[in-house]
Amino acid sequence: MFAGIDIGSRSTELVLQKEGTVIHRAQLPTTFSPLEQCRKLLEGYSPECLVATGYGRELVKTLGLPYRVEAITEIKAHALGAHALFPDARTVLDIGGQDTKAISLNPKGGVLRFEMNDRCAAGTGKFLEYTANVFQISIEEFGAYALKGSNPPVINSMCTVFAETEATSLMAQGALPEDIALALHTSVVRRTSTMLKRVGLAFPLVFSGGVANNACIRKLLQEDCGEQGILCVAEEPDMCGAYGASLWAERCCS
Amino acid sequence: MSDAAHTEMWEKLNLDISAHDGLLEVLGKFYGDIYLSQENRLKGMEYLDFVLSEVHGLRIKELQDAKATGKKIIGTFCVFVPEELTLAANAVHVGLCSGADAGTDEAEKLVPRNTCALIKSFIGFKLARLCPFTESCDLVVGETTCDGKKKAYEAFGKLVPMHVMEVPQTKTDDAKQLFKSEVLRYKAALEELTGVEITVENLRKSIAIVNEKRKALQRLSRLRAADPAPISGRDALLINQVSFYDDPVRFTQSINTLCDQIEERIAQGEGVVPSGTKRLLLSGCPMAVPNWKLPYVMESSNAVIVGEESCIGSRNIRDLVDESGDCMDEMLDALVDRYMKIDCACFTPNDERMVNVENMVSELKADGVVHYALSFCQPYAHEAIKLQNVLSEKGIPMLSVETGYSMEDVEQLKTRVEAFVEMLD
Ligand code: SF4
Ligand code: SF4
Repeated sequence: MFAGIDIGSRSTELVLQKEGTVIHRAQLPTTFSPLEQCRKLLEGYSPECLVATGYGRELVKTLGLPYRVEAITEIKAHALGAHALFPDARTVLDIGGQDTKAISLNPKGGVLRFEMNDRCAAGTGKFLEYTANVFQISIEEFGAYALKGSNPPVINSMCTVFAETEATSLMAQGALPEDIALALHTSVVRRTSTMLKRVGLAFPLVFSGGVANNACIRKLLQEDCGEQGILCVAEEPDMCGAYGASLWAERCCS
Repeated sequence: MSDAAHTEMWEKLNLDISAHDGLLEVLGKFYGDIYLSQENRLKGMEYLDFVLSEVHGLRIKELQDAKATGKKIIGTFCVFVPEELTLAANAVHVGLCSGADAGTDEAEKLVPRNTCALIKSFIGFKLARLCPFTESCDLVVGETTCDGKKKAYEAFGKLVPMHVMEVPQTKTDDAKQLFKSEVLRYKAALEELTGVEITVENLRKSIAIVNEKRKALQRLSRLRAADPAPISGRDALLINQVSFYDDPVRFTQSINTLCDQIEERIAQGEGVVPSGTKRLLLSGCPMAVPNWKLPYVMESSNAVIVGEESCIGSRNIRDLVDESGDCMDEMLDALVDRYMKIDCACFTPNDERMVNVENMVSELKADGVVHYALSFCQPYAHEAIKLQNVLSEKGIPMLSVETGYSMEDVEQLKTRVEAFVEMLD
């Protein structure tokens, strides 16, 4: 059994697998004590090897676990995960809680180029979470809510804080809340589509990360890619990084 | 030198003593973490450790002693100022580092906020009275390279005695003529300041001194082609940094001794990292002391730096001055020819830089290039895009990094660089 753990800034995911078949998946919020959360997730399992990824990847080595522990970057983990799930994949877009990555892959799944936005909340899950506040609805419902919009005004601000202010003032001007919600989603997609172009977007495109659960973003992204653009979304898109790491764990041992 | 003697000297230079103590403490800690912690270091690096530990001590004392004998101290910011002329006028030539954030708030009153960290740093160091080199200078020489610098010199010139050389932006014959007249103007300024006439004899001597220094650094650079890498990129960068303020003759000697050690090491097949470690070429903006952040991040990511395509690196050492001239005019032409080969991004179209990077990649057997642009540096940010395209056509991987001096982005940089190194597998 081989394990991968993805310690992101918002949530931590664990995947256990053997020869590509997932045996166990779990997720916890990262909180302020990521090590504690890792310990909880790993309790009761003793894989042959654990590979950590995500911004907390080096932390896990300090846990003193009784099995081999390695670390790889989230770029590599996502590339491995996406290639295993969709062997034809040529580009990966991962929108997580606090960062966004675009990765272009060669036919064998190797990384050719990547771009990351990890300095600013614009275009990440945080942006949606923050702006969902304006509508007082939860982030889980935000996508479905935005899908009801039909005539989105333009949100000019890329900055999360200003975008929220813009949304509030649009509301005051009488724009329909659903339309504003749709506009906010559009702004996320606009932002990511520039990143995708910079790495040289090719299809199929794998969309992963927590934000891939958002139906409105998926729809807008598909529209942005055009009808020919094949968009693949994994069953549990937020597990892709951890899954990729677990595959690397298996490779490390062979 | 005792601490008290140091402090007395700094007081005479009108430094802000408590802020300066703070700076030295941070610098010492930083140096310990980044340099002294390295494994398998070469014995000859002790000289560099010593020089760095005394950078604000003994070296400044030497400058004061030189001043006492009537020598003048010339400070520079760019590799376009011909050191040969400075030395011929019996003056001391130092590069003013500008590699750390200091006095930023004050500096931002004189230059716009979106100015690169290097420019803010030299202004900040002056305003905060932190740099004993700047305070020792009898003349600071600026140059019209990027917009940021040339406009900043207008403000800086009110704080220190300045001479600004006009550096052309193209390499046409007319541009070379212009640069020659600027070399002559610098020569006249030096002669006036020092009272020393620059003659065929003293210029020939100083050309030889600087050529020897560059040859020693070229030798070091060539040795880095070995696998396993015989010296860390951090140490090599330090050597290049020190070359800007140490005494040139003494420096040349110690670098040649160090190179002898490196040759022994290579003969025994030893290195600072295991053979097969991914080899990176660092390319882009100059990295002044103590701007070691990115090299440190790179060498903590399972990689080793094998070359610096930068002004504190290849741009400063690649070309020598032809020594065959035997009248003043020929010698000055030789200087102009040598300096006009510098492939700085401030020039247009500067295509030779692309070729030079490619050559370095193949000579040093680099697996990839990390391009470094200081945030807000227009010239190098433009060339990052251009270089990315050129290299990708040749199948050479490149990572483009934009950063400043602050430490807040270290983790993000680490992820990018590590991912890049993984990609090279
Ligand atoms: S990059 Fe250009 S302007 Fe800057 S120090 Fe180098 S040669 Fe001078
Ligand atoms: S780093 Fe760029 S902007 Fe800064 S001084 Fe050098 S050329 Fe000018």
